[in-house]
Amino acid sequence: MKFLLVAESRDGKLCDVSHELLAFAAEAGAEYAYFQVGSEESLPCCDATLYLADRERYGEYSPDLHKELILAAVEWEQPDAVVFMHSSYGWDLAPRVAVALQAAQVSEVVAINDGEYEVGCCNGKMRRSVKPTTPRVVLTLQSGAFNQKEVSGGTPQIVPLEIEKAGGQIDFIGYEEAEKKSVDLTRADIVVSAGRGVGKKENVPLIADLARALGGELGGSRPVVDAGWLDHSHQVGTTGQVVSPKLYMACGISGAIQHVAGMKRSEFVVAINKDRDAPIGEIADVLVVADVMQFVPALIARIGQQA
Amino acid sequence: MKILVCIKQVPDMESRFKVNAAGDWYDQSDLAFRMNEYDEYAVEQAVQLKEQLGGEPEITVVSIGPERVGEPLRKALAMGCDRGVHIHDADSSRKDPWQIASLLAAFAREGSYDVIFTGMQSQDRGSAQVGMILAELLGLPSVTTIVGFSYEDGQVTVRRELEGGARSVVRVPLPALFTCQLGLNQPRYPTLPNIMKAKKKEILLVKEGDFALTEGRALTSRLFRPEKKGRGLVLEGDVAEQSQRLVEILKIKTAVFR
Repeated sequence: MKFLLVAESRDGKLCDVSHELLAFAAEAGAEYAYFQVGSEESLPCCDATLYLADRERYGEYSPDLHKELILAAVEWEQPDAVVFMHSSYGWDLAPRVAVALQAAQVSEVVAINDGEYEVGCCNGKMRRSVKPTTPRVVLTLQSGAFNQKEVSGGTPQIVPLEIEKAGGQIDFIGYEEAEKKSVDLTRADIVVSAGRGVGKKENVPLIADLARALGGELGGSRPVVDAGWLDHSHQVGTTGQVVSPKLYMACGISGAIQHVAGMKRSEFVVAINKDRDAPIGEIADVLVVADVMQFVPALIARIGQQA
Repeated sequence: MKILVCIKQVPDMESRFKVNAAGDWYDQSDLAFRMNEYDEYAVEQAVQLKEQLGGEPEITVVSIGPERVGEPLRKALAMGCDRGVHIHDADSSRKDPWQIASLLAAFAREGSYDVIFTGMQSQDRGSAQVGMILAELLGLPSVTTIVGFSYEDGQVTVRRELEGGARSVVRVPLPALFTCQLGLNQPRYPTLPNIMKAKKKEILLVKEGDFALTEGRALTSRLFRPEKKGRGLVLEGDVAEQSQRLVEILKIKTAVFR
């Protein structure tokens, strides 16, 4: 079996995903080659062929061109699978490549099992085992599902890749960096986060009270920020801040993968949720099965008695 | 201008899911269904674009599924879409993203739409493929995961969400397709007068069999509940008891009260 692993770069720098792609190839027992639109200054460490397209020429978000470049690499390499991360780069590009290759795509793979791919569904509550029926497949990998601490070193053998540059219709204007964080949750020892389960904006101050009672900072999940209940500077998750406090309390947070990726390195996790099956229960050290709005006042009162 | 919004009906994600008899999907009885959350942002963006252009564009909202799919279509009409199309398919959950997108493409090809909005993914299957495959089949430029949208003189400028809170700004000429991320806008609640008006709007019923069907490319062989790692302690009971036990645990396991 042979894979074409698609590495990513942003602002000229290689994104830190190569070890996950490599770990997946190792677990599948596959040979591999790399593909990257980037530059020679920032290359993945590996002893493999690297199809390298010039970032200056082909841009970082120019999906029509990147698709054609990948198809050119596939033509050379004839891989059984083209493997992306399930990232803003990967989920955008993978379906374009899959359609062109008439290949099945399996998204957000978390495990590989006997030629079938396991993926999460129903907000992480269930899993599916998926069997492609096409000879070639396109895969995207869930971030964090495949890991390998030791990345074997080495220098890739570069194969420069060029295509006739047909004018893509998508015009990349530039990046907007994340706003400066007025709240730095990454240094906090205790983070208490509000999720959709708090019910409404008026209830968020209660979670802030709990954070204060514990001497911690207030965080929040994405839906709470999207709804305007809390400023983005408090958001925990892949598109917010990645935290690793000594204590993390998730109040009414179901535990979507994007949130979990932002707090799973916390030392001790307490989740308060009325849904016993909520995926947050998977990583919580303690799951309190209760309505947040009933439990939190009781907890604040109990903490008050400790002084 | 003609706008198309593709929506899906999904179960409430707080439901307790059971595996169906065939073992390849969830049991659909005893579940409360609603509009896929991402699609609410797609509907809202379509309605905002129509409002920006003085009500000129016509918005069609389409959904594939069994009888009950009429409900989210009705909601989309109450939010401001003009007409609904229900592609009736009692067995749509067995179709893979390629088949669903092919069906939508067969329908959309007839309409020559200028703008198509979809959610970036569904909450149940979560493949994040259908919108993109649809765009490829129609030969349209497409951008995923938009969190900002503005239209001016036939050009659309969108913001794509990237990891770490950064965004990229992208310009696309129409016709084009966009997949919508949570937080793109604030989806409106249908008002009572608009709910009444929506009852008079047309929902065209067509059968999936009216279109050329395609073979699936990826079968679900098994649906199952992930194994509980079971390392966590579960506290049940009344809140007085739960809060007392939690404080005791925090005293032992953390330095909070030291």
